[in-house]
Amino acid sequence: MMGRFVFFLLALAGPLWALPLRAEIAIQTVTSPGGITAWLVESHDIPFTALEIRFRGGTSLDAPGKRGAVNLMTALIEEGAGDLDAQGFAAARDDLAASFRFSPGDDEVSVSARFLTENREPALALLRQALVVPRFDADAVERVRGQVLTGLRGDEKDASTLAARLMSARSFGDHPYGSSGDGTIASVTALTRDDIVAAHRGALARDQITVAAAGDITAAELGAVLDEVLGGLPATGAPQPGRAAYQALGGLVVQDFPGPQSVVRFSQKGMRFEDPDYFAAVLLNEILGGGRFGARLMTEVREKRGLTYGVGTGLASYDHAEVLVGQFESANDKVAEAIAVVRAEWATIAANGVSEAELSGAKTFLTGSYALRFDGNAAIATILVGMQSIGLTPDYPATRNARVEAVTMADIQRVAAELFTPDELFFVVVGQPEGVIATE
Amino acid sequence: MLRKMGLGLAATVWLAGPGSGEPVSTFRLDNGMDIVVIEDHRAPVVVQMVWYRIGSADEPPGRSGIAHFLEHLMFKATDDMAAGAFSDAVSAQGGKDNAFTSFDYTAYHQRVAADRLDLLMRMEADRMRDLVLTEEDVTTERQVILEERNQRTDSSPGALLNEQVAAAQYLNHPYGVPVIGWRHEMAALSRQDALEFYRANYAPNNAVLVVAGDVDPAAVLALAEKYYGPVAPSDLIRPRIRPQEPPQLAERRLVMSDARVSEPYMMRSYLASERNPGDQRTAAALVLLAEVLGGSPTTAVLPRALQFDAQVAVFSQAFYNPTTVDPDTFNFAVLPQPGVSLTEAEAALDTVLARFLDTGIDPADFARIKTRIRADEVYGRDNVQSLAQDYGAALAVGLSVADVQAWPDLLQAVAADEVMAAARKVLNRNNAVTAWLTAPEGVLP
Repeated sequence: MMGRFVFFLLALAGPLWALPLRAEIAIQTVTSPGGITAWLVESHDIPFTALEIRFRGGTSLDAPGKRGAVNLMTALIEEGAGDLDAQGFAAARDDLAASFRFSPGDDEVSVSARFLTENREPALALLRQALVVPRFDADAVERVRGQVLTGLRGDEKDASTLAARLMSARSFGDHPYGSSGDGTIASVTALTRDDIVAAHRGALARDQITVAAAGDITAAELGAVLDEVLGGLPATGAPQPGRAAYQALGGLVVQDFPGPQSVVRFSQKGMRFEDPDYFAAVLLNEILGGGRFGARLMTEVREKRGLTYGVGTGLASYDHAEVLVGQFESANDKVAEAIAVVRAEWATIAANGVSEAELSGAKTFLTGSYALRFDGNAAIATILVGMQSIGLTPDYPATRNARVEAVTMADIQRVAAELFTPDELFFVVVGQPEGVIATE
Repeated sequence: MLRKMGLGLAATVWLAGPGSGEPVSTFRLDNGMDIVVIEDHRAPVVVQMVWYRIGSADEPPGRSGIAHFLEHLMFKATDDMAAGAFSDAVSAQGGKDNAFTSFDYTAYHQRVAADRLDLLMRMEADRMRDLVLTEEDVTTERQVILEERNQRTDSSPGALLNEQVAAAQYLNHPYGVPVIGWRHEMAALSRQDALEFYRANYAPNNAVLVVAGDVDPAAVLALAEKYYGPVAPSDLIRPRIRPQEPPQLAERRLVMSDARVSEPYMMRSYLASERNPGDQRTAAALVLLAEVLGGSPTTAVLPRALQFDAQVAVFSQAFYNPTTVDPDTFNFAVLPQPGVSLTEAEAALDTVLARFLDTGIDPADFARIKTRIRADEVYGRDNVQSLAQDYGAALAVGLSVADVQAWPDLLQAVAADEVMAAARKVLNRNNAVTAWLTAPEGVLP
């Protein structure tokens, strides 16, 4: 199926800025007897619950020399637990019509569970087994290790992944953000079962937990199950990594790769969510590189010149770093022109800021899309857990749009000059670009 | 298991589809436009989708890609709106809009606050008949679709293989031509081609309007009568009678090699029947067959045999999309373990299939699959946009609302012996294409 455009940068760039919530959604806070706090939006229209759990740290908690351990561990969580092997666990889960997803990220291990009200207790008991007593059977370790290695070999032949990896390495060097959490072929090949057990103990602990639920469950019911599901985990996990210094300060590197197009990724330092100018930066990013039509880069690179299928930028806020990053793909004989257009737009917005019409348009879009994100239990639970993860309080939704509206033209022009650093914009080009001059 | 991996070959098919859980109203305007309203009052949001019963399989010969190219051009000017004004107006409401093209349909959709439906309908009705294209629009946007083909297809050996497999599968039917088009034909598409395709196919009597969300059906109908009602129907709309396949007399095989392949894999597609109005039982049996053989990466027949009982494969899949106008394909893919050749992987697949045809379906597996499909109906109600998608796609390929609503019960009603009968009919290598994708040095079996 061919779409008009796809924009997949967000999937690559870590958690983005905080998601807004419509005010009339009633967020309850639930604390279990064991001290685990969850946010809840009750909705009894459909007889199921979406439960989202985050363990802070994720693949950045890999021990030295054990890159890929948290990733492999996470992929193994539902490959056997308690007295069930992988086949038995999958059958038990499907018999209950529950769904569990365990996904590793740079900053967290995410657990997404969906279960029918009629099967709530046995489904949560099964989830507890996976989280607390995974087996890591030898045959499962080898089977899933094979899948990870297959993926890593595939990554070496994928231009987009190569560009992302190269950008991470140049941006963050030796910090965990500088390398893939999937590990390398060598590091994953060398991982032992003991390494995986240690990764489990370090990455799934009670002091790392954030929980949210939405759907057919009451506060009392949720409070009662939190300890049951999570109470058996160790109290403290591995220490979080330190702050990542951003190192990609200007330049352009090319990595040769066969194909009709080059993948271009570009990056500069971003802005912390806690910064008082954060919403000015969000508005500026929306105007320059929002992944929709009417944004400057989309207009200049695609609509006017036909140089790409899609281009956009995002403010990526990691736990320990912030970047402003963008991506596009362009035919090898056009990529030099496309890069020049991006550079020119970067310089223009830094020097001249934006127009009143652009600012009011971006404000209208950001505040108007406010209510549109909350259409379902799964969406709500995901947003609530994300809000908690970045330290927001349940009243944030009521204030969020006012913070967008409060940004003045003077703020925007000042922040544009401070935020955008054309001389420090760093490019990675993977392909066989014509007329692109590498700086090293 | 590893979630983000896989061969990327399977279309996302929501198994159960819509059922009786959501309130659905249907109307038809005097000009022939079909309307489906799905109510979901949990959030103040509405989705509008307009589906045209026209896709790449309806393109004139030599003009491959024109359906998709026109979809892009539909965001240019009309007699009342400047180029880009449609998307700007949606953005100004905080909304998002997009569109997509498939073999059998082209759809335009927006998502906005529920009280902004009026604006969406006014604009969508405007561009149904009043598109205005300049040569410059066409020239620039043609570069964009060529870049899209570069990105989606020409940069991906797997996507190129899929194109070759479809071309080999269909000797005569246009499903053998890629939706995005063959590059040499895309490069020659003109403004005139786009406008001719537009005028011949975009009309209310060739469209389905789906509105889903926090809306009142009577109010939706009133708005639709106001905006879409005055749009004149076209007398050029014809039933979609496409060239059909001749009997396949010989197995078809191909080997493609590409320097960008890291892991060789094999796939096989068999021609298979699709859902038809009032006649969906065989398609339901094939959906269950795909689930039994490859639905679960752990417990389905193929992964259990090839990844657990024996260490032949890293991944194995079965997939089938039942919602098409003409016969589609039932597909397998196997990515062998390092050291296992494609010859061995293919032989192992055939051994598993032969044993399956012999021994039949494990009753516990079958019951578990039906439980999961029934639950999918509950989970599916959480996402009104996918409900809209299911109704729109089904109606766009000629099914009725009654067919859509009968589908979940049909999936529960189909018996194991019906699935086996469907399997025996479809899994015939004389009806199949088998393809190997290899790195250049790995061609030898």
